[in-house]
Order: sequence, then structure tokens, then C-alpha cells
Amino acid sequence: MSSSSALARNPGDPGRSNADARLSVEQVSYAYSANPSQAPLFTLEATSFQAKPGEILAILGPNASGKSTLLKLISGALAPLSGRILLNGFVTHSLTPRTRAQRIAVVQQESTLLFPARAWEFVLQGRHSHGRSLRFESEDDVIIAKNALAQVGAADLSDRWMDQISGGEKQRVILARALAQQPLLLLLDEPTLHLDIAAQIGLLDSLRRLAAENRYTVVVVTHELNLAAEYADQVVLMQRGRCLRVGPPASIYQRELLEQVFQTPLTVEFGSSGRPRVTVMSGT
Amino acid sequence: MRPLTLRRLFFQCFVLVLILLVVVIVALKFGAVPVSLYALGRDLLAVIFGQRSEISSDYGLIVMNIRLPRILLAIFVGASLSVAGTSFQALLRNPLADPYVLGVSSGASVGAVLALIAAPFLSLPPVLAALLTPMGAFLGATATIAAVYFLGRRDGEIDSNTLLLGGVIIGSFLSAIITLLMSTVISGNTRGMVFWLMGNLSTSFQRSVYWFLGIGFFVATGAIYTTATDLNLLLSGEKEAMHLGVDVRRVRLVVYIAASFLTGLAVSVSGSIAYVGLIVPHVMRLIFGSDHRTLLPTAALGGAITVVFADTLARTVVAPTEVAVGAVTAIVGAPLFIYLLRKRLA
Repeated sequence: MSSSSALARNPGDPGRSNADARLSVEQVSYAYSANPSQAPLFTLEATSFQAKPGEILAILGPNASGKSTLLKLISGALAPLSGRILLNGFVTHSLTPRTRAQRIAVVQQESTLLFPARAWEFVLQGRHSHGRSLRFESEDDVIIAKNALAQVGAADLSDRWMDQISGGEKQRVILARALAQQPLLLLLDEPTLHLDIAAQIGLLDSLRRLAAENRYTVVVVTHELNLAAEYADQVVLMQRGRCLRVGPPASIYQRELLEQVFQTPLTVEFGSSGRPRVTVMSGT
Repeated sequence: MRPLTLRRLFFQCFVLVLILLVVVIVALKFGAVPVSLYALGRDLLAVIFGQRSEISSDYGLIVMNIRLPRILLAIFVGASLSVAGTSFQALLRNPLADPYVLGVSSGASVGAVLALIAAPFLSLPPVLAALLTPMGAFLGATATIAAVYFLGRRDGEIDSNTLLLGGVIIGSFLSAIITLLMSTVISGNTRGMVFWLMGNLSTSFQRSVYWFLGIGFFVATGAIYTTATDLNLLLSGEKEAMHLGVDVRRVRLVVYIAASFLTGLAVSVSGSIAYVGLIVPHVMRLIFGSDHRTLLPTAALGGAITVVFADTLARTVVAPTEVAVGAVTAIVGAPLFIYLLRKRLA
């Protein structure tokens, strides 16, 4: 969908060249079928977009629009049917799991542990891909893990058990583990799903700060229209396996378009910051 | 933050080695014929320092030819079952997984019994014939864990309840096969039905079998140990482990094969001893934590201690007759299993 994404861009936005893009999704499509002889149950049509270092990109769309599939393709967990996904020029799917984990960190909706572990043990897991398979953690690993916990404001949680901290605290520790991987690309699948509003804002504030400080490229899958509008530099709008638009929130948040995608009446206002704000009109 | 160091790991293992030594000495002393530890120690020292060529014959025979080989067998069987249990628990993400509960021990028993039936028809040289039973047990164990694994998968993820239920059903089916084979095809065999179903350490083997057992144990456990940190990450699920850099398919293959081999090895010489692979990893996890770099060696030593101790009980409680060692471990293990099951459901 390179033509539609080009149209959606701000006229003032200088054309993105491949050279300054860290993540480059090029004409990527995918089809899922339970049985190869049958028609696919789900298809993702050719999708293209790019993201630079330090940029936050939000993938938005209703349920079953293909957001999570797109994230799995970017993470390299799934192989695209056609097209390719490049991270600093390397095809993500062809990297070994170890190399991929050095470059891409994935924060999933929930992380369940079979046996209890302390927060610091959990964060040190992020260092796994940076050493030999069987080894003991080095001084550097410990420093990096401590820094990661401090960066998400969770230094005081270090010695707590993972099953005894709140949902918001847990999400920060999970994020710290992703930071300990020292990735180029940070992928988050609905990170705010189980969080209260203060924890949501806290998490996204730290994401914005981290993306700017560490030059991470951040890709977030979310349902939260307003959080995406507030924090994302670019939005990828998805519907039923199609990428409808790619661009900054101000150009994507048009009332007719969002109403059609989310099948609900709503209004879009622009605040003093220039960021759009969506209000859902319930019961009208 | 206190990450694991090599020094701490050695210290933990050293403590367990000392406990194992104590248990071994107790096991040497007790039995149908009591042996004086003082006299035994004095004679052993005399032999070591070359003052005498062998231990005095009245109890030397009992200690060196009967009890010591049996203790050696108990050490390897206990360590093998424990390491296999630890591995299955991590790989299947199920704290209740154990070679016996999953039916893998029964699968190994069927393989071993089939190898015993086939052996006379193959006319193999004696060395290969001795290894036929462990190989049969290994193949039986591998086939069973593959079947249980596929039964327990739903929508690409392992469903722990289906997995356990599948294991129990396959286990009881295979036990029925053993009963059938034992009562029809090889009735009158020296190692009876109780051996394969309950476990027993009273059989003595040729020296080559002990070597095979020892080398097999260290190779398979070494292979599993190379994946220790991968297993730590697998506790959070296969997808997360993959995102953290674990080659999940390779780890799964290595650990399934090595753990099945360990189970096959243990079962081929001792039958299916229940619950060792369940109790020991749990106790070790409570004491030393769930890091597999510590858990695998401590579980191996803990398993050795447990089975040597259980076998000493089995030999002495109703001496001069014996209880099957599997009965001793099951009497302790089954209530613990129920406790863990209740705790998980709560």
C-alpha cells in the first residue's frame, strides 16, 4: 500500500529515504489457514511503512484487523508470504533467534512464570542473547540490568518476587527486561491492556523518553486511540487485514475514516498541541 | 542482585556430595547382615595403603559384591530420574511432569521387555546383547514422550491438564501391555512383573553395564546442562523464550532425547521407580531456587541421595525380605503429588 501511505503523509514531511529508516516493512503480506487445501482464514494484504530511530509507531485498528499478525511478522516470529522486513538492512526473519534477540525486544501482553523469580533474575534474562548459551552473568550484565530497572523507575523492585508485585509494576519490570536486551527495535503488544490510567500514562511517558534517549525505534500495537494520538509519531491504521493509512496522527485522525474503521460514531478535536483527541459518542 | 557464581554452585554441590557420602556409608552398614563400620573403615584403609590385598572375606563379599554395586545402581538411577524429571518439568512447563506420571517410565519398561523378548532371536555378541535392553527402553521412552506431547498440545500450545491426563492414560495402557507380555510371552523370567511395574534395585549386572550407565548418565546430563539457561527462559513460555534468543526447536530436541535416554537407562536396570523425578526437583527448587544451572546438578545429587536412602529402607524395614523400592518412593511421592496438584488448582 505504498501509494496510499504516500498520500497520507503530511505535505511538509520530507520524503523518507531508505537510508535513514531503521525499520523498513516492504510490501509484506501474510495468509493464515488451518488447512493448506482450504481458503485462508485470515490474510494480511501487502503492507509497507518505515520507521526511524527514536520514533514511536502505533499500529491501530479494531479486533481481527491484523495488528498482532503484523507485529509477529516484524518480530521475525512469522515469515511473510511475500515482501520483506528489514532492520538496519537485515531481513528480520532470516536472523538466528540469538541475533534477533540482540536487535529486537518484544514485550507481550502478559508474562507468566512457572516458578517464582525475583525481579532482578527476570531482568537478567534479557542478557541471555548477549553471551554464550551456558554461562554466568558478568559484571557488565548486572550493571546493564540495574540501569534498565532504573530507567523504568523500578530500581526499588529489584529484590521483589514477580508474583507479588502489581500489574503496573510487573509491566515496568517486563519493559526493563526488554531494555536489558539493548535492542534497536522495541515491539510492544497492547502494553497498557491491564493497567489503570495512571500506569498507562507512566508507561507511555517512559517509552517516549527511552525512545528519545536511547534512539530505540518503538512499535506499539494498541486499541487506545487517544494514547496513540498523544504519543505516536506515526500511526498505521489497519482494518480487516488491510493497511488503510500510514502517517502522523494529525493526518490519520479524520472523523469519517475512524468511524468507518471502528464502526462507532465519534468526534475528533485538535488540542493546542496539535494532537487530535477522539471522543466516542455512546448511545447516539 | 546476587547472580549465580561458579563458587556458589560448587559449594551447594559439595554440601550435597557430603550428604550422599553419609547416606552411602549408612547404606553399606545396614542390611540383613550388619557390618561394623569401624572394621570396614580399618580394612579399607589397610587396602588403600597396601598393607593388605583385600577386605576380610566374611563381610567383604557382602559389601563389595552385593551392597556397593547396588548402591552404585541406586545413585545412577536416582540421579537419572531426577534430571529427567527436572527437564520434563521445564520443557512441558508443568511442575507435575515426571517420567513416571507422564507414562515415560512405562514406555521404557515396554521397550525393555520387548528387547528381552527379541534378544534370543537376534543372536548378538554378549556385549551388544547387554545393551539391547537399555536401547529398547530408550526407544520406548522416546516414543511415549512424543505421544504424550502431541496428545497434550491444543492450538499450538501445551495444555497442562490434557498433558497430565494423556500421560496417566498412556501409562496405565502401557502397564497393561507389560502385564500381558509378562504373563504370556516370558512367564517365568527372573525379573518379574513387579520389577517392571514397581521398580527394584536387587538385580546385579555385568561390569560393562555399570560403565554404560555411568558414561550414558554423564553424556546425557551434560547435553541437558548445556541448555540450562535456555530452560530458565522456557519457564516463561516458548514464544517469550524465542524472543529472548532461545533456539526453541534445538533445545526441545536435545532435552527430549537426552531426558528420554536417562529414563530408558534408569528403567532398563531398575524398572519404573515412581515419583523420584517429581519429589526431588521440587525439594531442590525450594532450597536452591529454580535456576537450572543449580537445579540440574543439585537434583542429580538429591535424586541419588533419595534413591540410596529409599533402597536402604526397602532392604531393612522387613528384613530379611525386601519391599520394592518403587513402593517406598510412591508412598512418599503420591501424597506430595496430590498436595502440589491442590496447590496449583488453588
